[in-house]
Amino acid sequence: MEPLHILKERKAQIHRKGDAPFALECNKDSLAGAVSQRACVFCGSRVVLYPIADAVHLVHGPIGCAVYTWDIRGALSSGPELHRLSFSTDLQEMDVIFGGEPKLYKALIELIDRHQPKAAFVYSTCIVGLIGDDLQAVCKRVEKEKGIPVLPVMSEGFKGNKRAGYKAACNAMEKLVGTGDTSGISKHSINILGDFNLAGEIWLIRDYYQRIGIEVVANITGDGRIDDIKRSHGASLNVVQCSGATMDLANMMEERFNIPNIRVSYFGVEDMAESLYEVARYFNDAEMMEKARILVRDELETLLPELQQYKAALTGKRAAIYVGGAFKAFSLVKAFRLLGMDVVMVGSQTGTAEDYEELQEITDEGTIIIDDANPLELSAFIREKDVDIFVGGVKERPIAYKLGVAFCDHNHERKELLAGFSGMLNFAKEVYSSVMSPVWQFVPRRAEEEIS
Amino acid sequence: MSKMPNYISTTNACKLCKPLGASLAFRGIEGAVPFLHGSQGCATYMRRYIISHFNEPIDIASSSLGEKHAIYGGSANLKLGLKNVTAKYSPELIGVATTCLTETIGDDVQMIIQEYRDEFQSGAGEPLIVSVSTPSYSGSHMEGFHAATKAVVEQLSSGGERNTTINILPGFISAADLRYLKELVSDFDLSATILPDYSETLDGEALNEYPLIPKGGTPLSAITRMGCSKKTLECGRTLPDSTAGTSLKVNHQVPLTRLGLPIGIRETDTFMSALAEVSGNPVPEKYATARGRLVDALVDGHKYIFGKRAIVYGEEDMVVGITALLAEIGVHPVLCASGGKSGKFKNSIEAVLEGLNCELPEVHENVDFFDIEERATELKADMLVGHSKGYTFSRKANIPLIRVGFPIHDRVGGQRLLHIGYHGAQQLFDTITNTMIAKKQDDSDVGYSYM
Repeated sequence: MEPLHILKERKAQIHRKGDAPFALECNKDSLAGAVSQRACVFCGSRVVLYPIADAVHLVHGPIGCAVYTWDIRGALSSGPELHRLSFSTDLQEMDVIFGGEPKLYKALIELIDRHQPKAAFVYSTCIVGLIGDDLQAVCKRVEKEKGIPVLPVMSEGFKGNKRAGYKAACNAMEKLVGTGDTSGISKHSINILGDFNLAGEIWLIRDYYQRIGIEVVANITGDGRIDDIKRSHGASLNVVQCSGATMDLANMMEERFNIPNIRVSYFGVEDMAESLYEVARYFNDAEMMEKARILVRDELETLLPELQQYKAALTGKRAAIYVGGAFKAFSLVKAFRLLGMDVVMVGSQTGTAEDYEELQEITDEGTIIIDDANPLELSAFIREKDVDIFVGGVKERPIAYKLGVAFCDHNHERKELLAGFSGMLNFAKEVYSSVMSPVWQFVPRRAEEEIS
Repeated sequence: MSKMPNYISTTNACKLCKPLGASLAFRGIEGAVPFLHGSQGCATYMRRYIISHFNEPIDIASSSLGEKHAIYGGSANLKLGLKNVTAKYSPELIGVATTCLTETIGDDVQMIIQEYRDEFQSGAGEPLIVSVSTPSYSGSHMEGFHAATKAVVEQLSSGGERNTTINILPGFISAADLRYLKELVSDFDLSATILPDYSETLDGEALNEYPLIPKGGTPLSAITRMGCSKKTLECGRTLPDSTAGTSLKVNHQVPLTRLGLPIGIRETDTFMSALAEVSGNPVPEKYATARGRLVDALVDGHKYIFGKRAIVYGEEDMVVGITALLAEIGVHPVLCASGGKSGKFKNSIEAVLEGLNCELPEVHENVDFFDIEERATELKADMLVGHSKGYTFSRKANIPLIRVGFPIHDRVGGQRLLHIGYHGAQQLFDTITNTMIAKKQDDSDVGYSYM
């Protein structure tokens, strides 16, 4: 029996594995009044492009859109840190009435003169889409005057869901790709797509690739640089992480530059190892494959014994997952399994039909699979399944905490390194240190158990 | 006084947008669900932002407008959203705030809501619906907060026979401040309606079940009677001319007294006098003692902070209050800055500094952190006093940051910070003084363990 709080329009977006043949609706607009955990198109674009650290990211709109995204993410840079500043045209009523183009032009010139960036991204917001400011024309003009790429990101909030924002971001980057010099790039070279260098993760991943003899041309976009993206078409392969945030760019590069792509995940032991093997397989290079095997073996030799103590404590505990992209959910299901834990609920904001198909294949009977959820649904399932830990983002955290459930932040906003082999250890530590905290014996949920 | 440069672009804003303030105010009403009429992102971003300060769930519904609604109007989705929120949450009130999107496409929200009532609300048990216009391109979150409070009063309160209750419109203070305020009025033996009151809804207990709507908030029954109260006390020196307080005065002849936020000794004294006057009771012993203890503490600690230079920033009324407190304890506020632009900021600062032998600080409204940092470097401050957003500069310039106001999202307990009353002044004084002592200790070669 489903909890009472599910609206009838939402029923087709929730599935209990084993109840009926699998079918799940997804990639729909969020239902009005349902209190979706999703943001908007602008959010999708901002997530993808934000880590490019030597560009100005100017939000053309009222102040809110810029202010709510000011340095909330953990994307680190090894050099410039322009991405951590929040630039806005702070549109006022008069701008809305008479058009915001003059203000945008002046703001761009001012910021470019002040910061000397390698490029500027200009994000369109709801209001700009409505008043019809010609973003492209202003960008073109400034680009000509200042001699750097000035790229419009057509990310009006209402024009679809977060996935549409990914597309808008890729469209903007597409204008950069192919404009740089590709001389001197090794044939064993890749671009890393879809990693955002949260807590320095891309540095770890780059190191793995370099250890097996691969040159990384561009990080797209974690610790990203404009010049690298410009010459990224010189790489032999695009390695794409995440549920397609940068898939559109990879597809475009395949079409235009004949660069194939593979999809990987860096979370959890199996997926991390498989990512390296898959790249080595692509290059069909025995030496590289051997190096990858040695790397994985070396890393596991240190990691696995350390994981044991956590596994011993966590075996049999139950986890729920609700994340932005479904690809991360696959990895998390496996990572929890490695710790001996059972995943009883899993969902995402932006999964596709294929994503959910795969989720239902890898999960156990009875697991709840859910698309575009909201607080009432999430809390009902967390309670029903009596979970020991909930994995999500900042918006999910208070739902877990209010009910006395442990929580792990595995979203773009986290500040802990969770990718790769050392990330798996961090993940285990975090899950352990939250699940095993004595605080849970005081929360009403467990206190009641003690009594009964 | 040097003039702030007039930049076109905004870098690291020192304000938030209007619908956020409205959402906070609606959250302070019993049985209410805040609802943003706009695209989905607004509600989600604001929820996230509020969560990062209060560490509490906050469900803000959205009409989740898509492209076709932007073209043909958002009426159908607003109605669907109201229907779904009613079905799922069974609220007593839905507080609808508009966004830049719906203001610009020209949705007549009041008319749509009237249509909704006619079409779908059959009478008893249906939620009340209050609407407020909060286009994000005009004003900051504070205008949104006050506008929503005013809308609630205008759309729900009626007049009638006077009773002995008073209305308190405290402005945007912390959950701990609100709890203190409630205790205070009860100690004066007063019956008061405090609007809004998110002291429990945004700082609640651990629970076994997810609350559809968190308990607490100003009761609707009390709001409807606000027009019958014998007096309104409204806090804030930079308030708009037209507020919930003025509306109660104009529409229902409820006498209005406007005061500053009761932060610091003198502003608290004024507030206490007002409570004493309206209640006919003297200031309770407990507060007289607290004041005495505070003054004693100020004497004990004055040497460690006298003449220290402070930069204060944040929402205008909070800055005014903190500035008053700082000057009273001998700290020199050298820059008072806000992203708001009430036009009343400078005069308010001057008013609270009067008679304190304090040189007037630079006062700037409508500024961002780029502006603040530019001036700050020149002003050689010893401390920053404001919300978390000053942390970047604090770190860069190695100037300690004393966190007050909203948002505080790099520390726990922002919602439990007490700013108001003698107790609040005591806590702030201790924090400020100890921060300065710690800084001196950290910077010292010796590291004395006695003061």
